[in-house]
Amino acid sequence: MELREYDLNMGPQHPSTHGVLRLKLAVDNEVVLGVEPVLGYLHRGMEKLWESLTFTQVVPLTDRLDYIASLSNNLGYCLAVEKLAGIEVPKRARYIRVVLAELQRLASHLAWVGFMANDIGAMSVLLYAFEAREHVLDIFEEYCGARLTVHGIRIGGAVRDLDAPLASRIRAVLEKIPERLEDVRALLDENRIWKERTVGVGRISAADAIDYGLTGPPLRASGVAWDMRKDLPYSSYDDFDFDVPLGANGDVYDRYLVRLEEICQSIRIVRQALEGLPEGDPRAKMPRVLKIAPGEVFHTIEAPKGVLGFTVRSNGSDKPERVKMKSPSFINLQALDHMCRGNLFSDVIGILGSLDIVLGEIDK
Amino acid sequence: MPEDRADRPELRKILAALAGRLGGAVLAGVVDGGELSVRLAKDGLAPALRFLKEEAGFNALEDIAAFDNLDAAGGGGPRFTVVYRLYRFPGALRTRVAVDVGEGERLASAVPLYRSADWAEREAFDMFGIRFEGHPDLRRIYMPDDFEGHPLRKDFPLAGRTGGA
Repeated sequence: MELREYDLNMGPQHPSTHGVLRLKLAVDNEVVLGVEPVLGYLHRGMEKLWESLTFTQVVPLTDRLDYIASLSNNLGYCLAVEKLAGIEVPKRARYIRVVLAELQRLASHLAWVGFMANDIGAMSVLLYAFEAREHVLDIFEEYCGARLTVHGIRIGGAVRDLDAPLASRIRAVLEKIPERLEDVRALLDENRIWKERTVGVGRISAADAIDYGLTGPPLRASGVAWDMRKDLPYSSYDDFDFDVPLGANGDVYDRYLVRLEEICQSIRIVRQALEGLPEGDPRAKMPRVLKIAPGEVFHTIEAPKGVLGFTVRSNGSDKPERVKMKSPSFINLQALDHMCRGNLFSDVIGILGSLDIVLGEIDK
Repeated sequence: MPEDRADRPELRKILAALAGRLGGAVLAGVVDGGELSVRLAKDGLAPALRFLKEEAGFNALEDIAAFDNLDAAGGGGPRFTVVYRLYRFPGALRTRVAVDVGEGERLASAVPLYRSADWAEREAFDMFGIRFEGHPDLRRIYMPDDFEGHPLRKDFPLAGRTGGA
């Protein structure tokens, strides 16, 4: 059959794009020749809006970026502002932030594995993964009243203290998660259908991954041990003992393995942080109105989706001159075309899913 | 701040080598807070990025952030500043490269060196109207193709559509 390239439109209303992403696919029968993501359907002009708000008012809006991991956005932004303003965060607050951020990471990864399996056609995994995630959301609800747009971190520290009853509830939840994780792994690890849809699919080499600026689990699945918690530790991460799981093949299956192992590492970190929770204040003493002398900083954290960065520039007033967000999903999505070329049309869903994108932080 | 590592001698060496290579194009350079920060003349951008990637080993471009200096410069200096964030893996070394660019001027595209620059430059074009010479496909990325104006410019209104340049 002669080569016949035709274009196919997918989205922006498509269930497996997890939001409003449109893909323009060029296909030759079953083979993908190219993928062009079309963005902007969820563009809310966040960065413009932030310039009209005070430094403090920006924080709750960051919840709406990566809404599967709201707390990570809070943390990334607050750390950047604190660096710019020279605010020293008390050690207890730094530990509480680590507890929250790691719970958020494992909740995000649990949601991912559920969605991902569902996209490929295995619905029961979604139920197991979401049951486990539900326990973590209950913790967030008890801590700050919200389950999805969790606003748990503020400039200078955490929203409130982490008391002993909540700490013991967190410990109890951590006991339950490995069981559910075993269920998920029993369903997927050696599942022939799962492996045929994921092993060797959507590969990217370590060199290409770095060149595309890939970060987070998709990068580490290609064997690159780049993790901001280790490389440029923030919020006392250097106090904790944990491993950075790596893949070898850079395919969808390795991204799955890396995320599942990261859940186990997050549990390790949370346990250590609860164990060593220092005495002190959960929040630094803050001025009533936060004005920051002119300057510019860039700060990055390891969010569940990858390296999340905030550039914050101040002009001496109580409002930022500019806040630029470096969104991990935005950058990871850029490599989709490279990963999909030559793969089967039906695998686009799996490869897109394996990147774990959230349109809230892509479109900003 | 705990994340600010001590002064890094390798960054000083890189700065010296860069200044030696580019001469007057390096307008300022400082190692501060564990990262190298250089300010370049517009024409120095492409050779500087090439040097930093190919010889100094900065293999990742993390981000490109554009700024509108309309309020700050008081109308005197160049309208925009574009900041490139380079990262060296392994080693966790960071370099900030800043270039001023005036209204209607063009910057050399970083896409031939870093593929991650593609969408980042499209974003700077969409939001500020900054053009990159040599970009393979410089189109808007968020706003519709027929949108007028560049929303993140300081003279673009927060609400409504008029007033954009």
